[in-house]
Amino acid sequence: MKRYSVKAFGVAREILGGKEIAVDMEGQTVAFLRNELLVKYPALSGLRSLLVAVNNVYAEDHQRLSESDEIALIPPVSGG
Amino acid sequence: MEYRTWNLLLFASENFTFIYSLLLFVQPTYRNMIKITEKPIDVQKVIDTASSLGAGAVNVFVGTVRNNAHGKNVVWLEYEAYETMAVAEIRKIIDDASHRWPLLGWAVSHRIGTLRPGEVAVVVAVSTPHRRDSFDACQYIIDTLKEKAPIWKKEVFEDGEEWVSARPELAAKV
Repeated sequence: MKRYSVKAFGVAREILGGKEIAVDMEGQTVAFLRNELLVKYPALSGLRSLLVAVNNVYAEDHQRLSESDEIALIPPVSGG
Repeated sequence: MEYRTWNLLLFASENFTFIYSLLLFVQPTYRNMIKITEKPIDVQKVIDTASSLGAGAVNVFVGTVRNNAHGKNVVWLEYEAYETMAVAEIRKIIDDASHRWPLLGWAVSHRIGTLRPGEVAVVVAVSTPHRRDSFDACQYIIDTLKEKAPIWKKEVFEDGEEWVSARPELAAKV
């Protein structure tokens, strides 16, 4: 079991109840992380999209995570 | 000529490439800017930053807070950014734009925090030799920024609040 630190912004921050949470899980990919969070926080499934960024870059589902990565949940963006 | 002057000239000629690349490196820093800020945006400063003597056009987009959405009055907007990544994403967008159009200067400033109707939320300015490229590049930058930069806004109405575009049913109404 590894512990990942996950930042959250906007509506995802409100659903998770904080700017940064710790996630303990066996899986080591972006897809595993997203599923883990969707199970823990079902309200996330109501979003139009839920991307994950690793070290400030949008990540693919199959990307492997390391505990030292800067991981962030990116709900639908609406800047401008 | 004195010994010292000769030495300086020799140094300059031997290190011409190094000095020239230093100048190239330094030069763009005052012409270009990406900023995420809680303070009101100085639109003229953004325009000045993007301006260039070699340019025949400076194109500027100013995004402002609208006082209505979904037929309701907007009281204020709350903007939030993942700042380090937003800067990185905007940098990529500028890089793409500079491969497609001959950008001589550019500047992007995005405000975060609480903004009321009429306030400036974002400014994009680019300068190019001719006007058509400046329109196209500026439009590409703001359109792609809205699509990709990790920045969010929440509309606060008199009777509730909503993160913009977050949920499918509301996105469909926009």
